[in-house]
Amino acid sequence: MTDTAAPYFTAKHGIAGLDEWELVVGLEVHCELATNTKMFCSCANHFGDEPNTNVCPVCLGLPGSLPVVNAEAVELAIRIGRALNCDVHSSVFARKNYFYPDMPKDYQISQYDRPINADGWLDLADGSRVGITRAHMEEDTGKNTHAGAGGRIHGADYSLIDYNRAGVPLVEIVSEPDIRSPEQAKTYVAELRTILLAIEASDAKMEEGSMRVDANVSMRRLGEDEFGTRCEVKNLNSLRSLGRAIEYEARRQVDLIVSGERIKQQTRHWDEEAGRTRDGRSKEEAEDYRYFQEPDLMPIEPGQQWVDRVDAAMPKLPAARRNALAGVAGVDPTTPAVVVAVDRQLDELAIAAIAAGGDSNRVLTHIEQNLAVDGAGGLSPVNLAELTLMETNSELTATQAKTVLAEMLTSGAAPAAIAAAKGFEAMDTGALETMVDEVIAAHPAEWADYVAVAAAGDDKKIKKLVGFFTGKIMQASKGQADGKAVNTLLTSKVGAAG
Amino acid sequence: MSAIELARAVRAGERSAREIVDGYLATIAEHEPTIHAFNLVTADEARAAADAVDAKVAEGRDPGPLAGVPVALKDNLCTRGIPTTCSSKILAGWRPPYDATVVQKLAAAGAVSVGKTNLDEFAMGSSTENSAFGPTRNPRDPERVPGGSSGGSAAAVAAGFAPLSLGSDTGGSIRQPASLCGVVGVKPTYGLVSRYGLVAFASSLDQIGPFAANVADAALLLEVIAGHDPRDSTSSPEPVPRYTQSLGDGVAGMRVGIISELMGDGIAPDVRRRVEEAAEHLAKSGATVGEASVPAAMFGLSAYYLIAPAEASSNLARYDGVRYGLRVDGATTAEMMESTRTEGFGVEVKRRIMLGTYALSAGYYEAFYGKAQKVRTLIVRDFAAAYEQFDVLLSPTAPTTAFRFGEKAEDPLAMYLSDVCTIPTNLAGQPAMSVPFGVGDDGMPVGVQVLAPTLGEVPMFRAAAVLEAGAPA
Repeated sequence: MTDTAAPYFTAKHGIAGLDEWELVVGLEVHCELATNTKMFCSCANHFGDEPNTNVCPVCLGLPGSLPVVNAEAVELAIRIGRALNCDVHSSVFARKNYFYPDMPKDYQISQYDRPINADGWLDLADGSRVGITRAHMEEDTGKNTHAGAGGRIHGADYSLIDYNRAGVPLVEIVSEPDIRSPEQAKTYVAELRTILLAIEASDAKMEEGSMRVDANVSMRRLGEDEFGTRCEVKNLNSLRSLGRAIEYEARRQVDLIVSGERIKQQTRHWDEEAGRTRDGRSKEEAEDYRYFQEPDLMPIEPGQQWVDRVDAAMPKLPAARRNALAGVAGVDPTTPAVVVAVDRQLDELAIAAIAAGGDSNRVLTHIEQNLAVDGAGGLSPVNLAELTLMETNSELTATQAKTVLAEMLTSGAAPAAIAAAKGFEAMDTGALETMVDEVIAAHPAEWADYVAVAAAGDDKKIKKLVGFFTGKIMQASKGQADGKAVNTLLTSKVGAAG
Repeated sequence: MSAIELARAVRAGERSAREIVDGYLATIAEHEPTIHAFNLVTADEARAAADAVDAKVAEGRDPGPLAGVPVALKDNLCTRGIPTTCSSKILAGWRPPYDATVVQKLAAAGAVSVGKTNLDEFAMGSSTENSAFGPTRNPRDPERVPGGSSGGSAAAVAAGFAPLSLGSDTGGSIRQPASLCGVVGVKPTYGLVSRYGLVAFASSLDQIGPFAANVADAALLLEVIAGHDPRDSTSSPEPVPRYTQSLGDGVAGMRVGIISELMGDGIAPDVRRRVEEAAEHLAKSGATVGEASVPAAMFGLSAYYLIAPAEASSNLARYDGVRYGLRVDGATTAEMMESTRTEGFGVEVKRRIMLGTYALSAGYYEAFYGKAQKVRTLIVRDFAAAYEQFDVLLSPTAPTTAFRFGEKAEDPLAMYLSDVCTIPTNLAGQPAMSVPFGVGDDGMPVGVQVLAPTLGEVPMFRAAAVLEAGAPA
């Protein structure tokens, strides 16, 4: 890659060895809605109950039963749509027909050509924007357990089916093929999860399957306009799996293309243990779903009032919160500390502390490095602001500030009082220099080494010896020495000695 | 005795429900072996239900508008704990854990169910010859079919096994057998009667409706079973009129149109003559009679045989051997499903599943299902235009009187044509009923169809009552 290449031609997927290639990913995320009851009946929507206890004629698809739409599910679907900047449409349900034993009616009630939400986007923490094609409603299937043969379908002696999950409301969120790296895919899913939790639409647990991610992955040579043939990767149970699977799939596809083979459009399953995707059924020979409008249900026409009500109740979402904090702190919204603050729900604390006169850099540093603990949200912003001012006024060293902050979290006391009680005072420079000289004198051999490696410019050894002396000085000062000041003194002294 | 008179007598304490039911059960015991109207006679349950009605009367509690009236249920209506077969092997052994809404409503009204009636498998057919359990015979002539698919329900009323019965009508399955058996049969407006608990054939067309020996009884039965049901999203929220109260209002000033497209070739001359006589009778009774045109009705049959099988192919997918009914084992799940469906479904059901699957397939959807839906829209439009000029429309119910067994069984297209007059109403979602109006050259009953616009049951019943009063002997 040369410096003159346009950004478009940059392989930003971060996968080593594939510099000539562009990765193209679209994600389909299924999330179970956090409703009290199922999509089309009044059975409880509850994970982990005894198998086949939350069932009725409707969700078992018994002959003669009919579905009735759960208004709460529609409400949550609209909430998801609006959180993803989608337009909300009057929409219809459709039947997706295919035979599978965990699907009681052998068709799934879903939405096809008229989804409730369409044409939105999601702004990510890395500053990128991913288009949302649609976010539509559908019902979940039951769950198969294959007995014998280690739980695999092939060679199983028999299968057991739990229909508790059958009819649980889902929203399927389909992204545009806008994702260009495994890292961005993970960021997208993490962002989506944060939003789903914030709007209380889903508990979004990948490990319990209440949030399931399928990745459509294809590769094309840099600069090509046409998309490559895609494969859909399923069975991604964690963000880690998602990233690994996309990377694996990218390499597999490039290997095939380079060796002159054609990519077959197909569904592939991620095998976490083996670290590879495996052949599923080929889409070319896959079923034709024979979609048609569900005749048992009327169209859903939410109307502007409903949408307005949802908008009015919408909590502030992560992208907006990152922008707000970044604006107050005078930094870019993609700054890691800003992203972390919003992730940990500490952005309001940070904004209040900065508003109370706190040093924005020190506030963000504490949030990022020292406040990944329970109860951090209860910290007084005024006290946090005061703490950062004591630091910038050199009344506390960074190490002392950290200790004071820990105490502030447990006792709730003001930082000045804690510092006084602990006897923290910043050492004056003269006293510190005396202490440094004493430590050097006590370790002549190490000092000689240090002088020698510093002259030779051996960074690794320098680092080791600086660490040695800093540790001794900290010991002597009982932690009251300012690490930065010690470093400055050591550097100037070794320079003078050389 | 009519259902209305029976209920009145029971409510007044003049007759016991138990005595009435025993009487009908005796008739069933005598003639059922010839007719085979029932898949199952629930004599014990019927006697217990009758006793409960009598107890209510004795305690001075309201036993309901159909107190002690025996009623037969088409065997595609779910009955709690009682086998519901759809006359198919595939539902062998299945007992629904719930009652259809109409079954609940009948019980609440004091009606006494005497059994489940035979039908063409999954309501697919026009002669009841497609039942897995053998055909039902026409009580007017046991050598002839009773029509279908609700042949058992029509025959049950015609044979005096029950004064009332329920059927379902997807393309004529109530009206055509009513016509062939010489009884009254009503297909209400789509959505007027809850479909909850009716085993689906074609969901956008299916509607439950009454059979009775006379118009007033049919009107009363419809009053009982109609009404909004929160369990059926397609159910109408409109309040239900008291059809029985306007039956005597006559047809003075009513505008009646004869559908010209349904009076041409393919309609037997003796049937056509009876429809013309019916129109004359209405005119004599004060109606103005004219010729109505519903051009798209001609395409109804073609559209129907795409839409109904398409929906059926999806509705019948669930019979896969996994959860209930027949299971024929196989080496894999897919093979088990295939064997079960191969063994469990009859020829006609398989034919329609194939038709419907094809009609919905990628690449064919627009040419078949999509186009059929457009025809449906045209039919709705043409009916709407006709109803700007007329209050009700008139046509034959079926092109012929009852045919003989085997006459059409080997020729699906000839069989499908039996429904040519009834199908357009289903596609339009509107009400229509068949009223007996004399007999044909063969001495078999002829039914005249009265059609009305959406929720136009009141004028429909009024016209039907006038026809009934003037029907030739």
